[in-house]
Amino acid sequence: MLSGLTFRRREAILGWVMASPWLLGFLAFTLGPMIASLILSLYDWDLISPALLVGWGNYREFFVDDPLSLHSLRITLFYSLMAIPLHLVLGVILAMLLNANIRGQSVIRTVYYLPAVLAGVAVAMLWRWIFSPDFGLLNLFLSYFNIEGPNWLGNRTWVLPSFVIMSLWGVGGGMVIYLAGLQGIPTDLYEAVEIDGATAFRRIWHITLPMLSPVIFFQLIMGVISSMQIFTQAFIMTDGGPANASLFYMLYLYRQAFEYRNMGYASVLAWILFLCILALTLLLFRTASAWVYYEAETQRT
Amino acid sequence: MNTADSMAVAPPASTGLGKRRTQLIHRIVAYGVLGTGSVFILAPLVWMLSTSLKTRSQVFRFPPEWIPEQFLWQNYVEALTLLPFEIFLLNTVIITGLSVAGELVSSAVVAYAFARLRWAARNTLFIVVLATMMLPRQVTLIPTFILFTRVFGWKDTFYPLIVPSFFAVPFFVFLLRQFYMTLPFELDDAATIDGCSKFGVFLRILLPLSKPALAAVAIFSFQFHWNDFFYPLIYLFDKDKFTLALGLRFFQGNYGTDWHYLMAASLVVMLPVILVFFFAQRIFIQGVVYQGFK
Repeated sequence: MLSGLTFRRREAILGWVMASPWLLGFLAFTLGPMIASLILSLYDWDLISPALLVGWGNYREFFVDDPLSLHSLRITLFYSLMAIPLHLVLGVILAMLLNANIRGQSVIRTVYYLPAVLAGVAVAMLWRWIFSPDFGLLNLFLSYFNIEGPNWLGNRTWVLPSFVIMSLWGVGGGMVIYLAGLQGIPTDLYEAVEIDGATAFRRIWHITLPMLSPVIFFQLIMGVISSMQIFTQAFIMTDGGPANASLFYMLYLYRQAFEYRNMGYASVLAWILFLCILALTLLLFRTASAWVYYEAETQRT
Repeated sequence: MNTADSMAVAPPASTGLGKRRTQLIHRIVAYGVLGTGSVFILAPLVWMLSTSLKTRSQVFRFPPEWIPEQFLWQNYVEALTLLPFEIFLLNTVIITGLSVAGELVSSAVVAYAFARLRWAARNTLFIVVLATMMLPRQVTLIPTFILFTRVFGWKDTFYPLIVPSFFAVPFFVFLLRQFYMTLPFELDDAATIDGCSKFGVFLRILLPLSKPALAAVAIFSFQFHWNDFFYPLIYLFDKDKFTLALGLRFFQGNYGTDWHYLMAASLVVMLPVILVFFFAQRIFIQGVVYQGFK
């Protein structure tokens, strides 16, 4: 018994030791900075002169005095509102098509997934060239249909749709996940409705989509988190222009923090972004019980 | 694997013949849509390659040609010489290599503590791990920047890009823990009876069996650090310290309309990720799919 106790104690010690890299990292690079960021948001600090306590001043600036803060938030939300549903619908449709017993499934999957692994500056460069008004690929394609394409990235109306189009190039990332979800749906469910003689629409509506809903839910949340944090594309392709029409929130935060050195105000921006993402995520969770179907709760033992 | 597939969308039919016909229609639609989609997916990359092999005047010819008259492979040599490519490449390899190693080792160790060891706060702390997976990095960005540059004096060094990697990544901890959980506990017991310590079980039993999951983690980590732009942008200033991603942006500033050079350089930067993807796509896609089903 005594040896058993020491054995368990040894195991507990080893547990703490092996978890310590994460635990230390969490305290030093997550929890500590989060608290520090809250405190910093009450100060004006440019990293050089002494920090000045301004209380709620930075928050007032965000909501009242600074026209760009809410503007950049609106831009980012507007983009998300266009991009996330499109990714969802296209991703599910493509996955359903690919889920048919067709030859070359893995080749098509590879092709569609390829853009999703590419990211960063190189991709932004490529799309800047594709959107080029006179010699770019997109307007070349449109000219085949006698359509004169706009100056995509230089036009205030078209600049956000341009970012949406570019993001849709990576639609295969979601498609692969939906495809795996479809392949996990048990066959007997379809056999059951087939006996009932259900139409294709009813089959999709009553079986495929409910069974896929946990995956859709997860993808929606990841979509919110990632589209609210868009930075590199905007920084490289437009730098917020024209006339701030593509001033994504993270780009504005970057400017405040690392170009203007307003560390306090940038902390406010960071916290508000975090709260926005949290609010949207919680909102999705609140709606989840109405439309997300968890098989495990009702069927599996 | 595909028994339910065709039925997922194909409508039912009372007769076998009608069913076969609807399946055929479905298949034709699927090939048509997916084929057209593939063209749209691949066209930008082909366009990129085509541009990178043209002369400057050919780039601005209208209508553009898909296949240049002659392939100017020389563009690659010139673009990479304009960019101090070897330096940027070396910097990127150092940062990516050490970060991948750090994330792999630390996450594997931490995941074992959460999967197999019994200690007091384990379950509570695992919920914290899950919560931090969703945490956007901006909240911690500014204080960590101040910590690294002002307190530790790591301005213009690789440390801020590498050191945090050795403190485990919540998503990887989660992924590896889930994988360890699928391995039978009987393995641990058998090894323990043979005189293996708990740490020995981790080192000799679980790690060798976790190669697929470790490979997925390594690939994700590689992809992130290779493509990463934001962190190098805020921490690195001296051109000799630049990564490829930063170097490309610098290149854009100087040779902004030399599209043939820009595309050549961008393609070279993308190439390692494309290669890793093609050689390890099974692992890659499985990892992604796993991520989708938490």
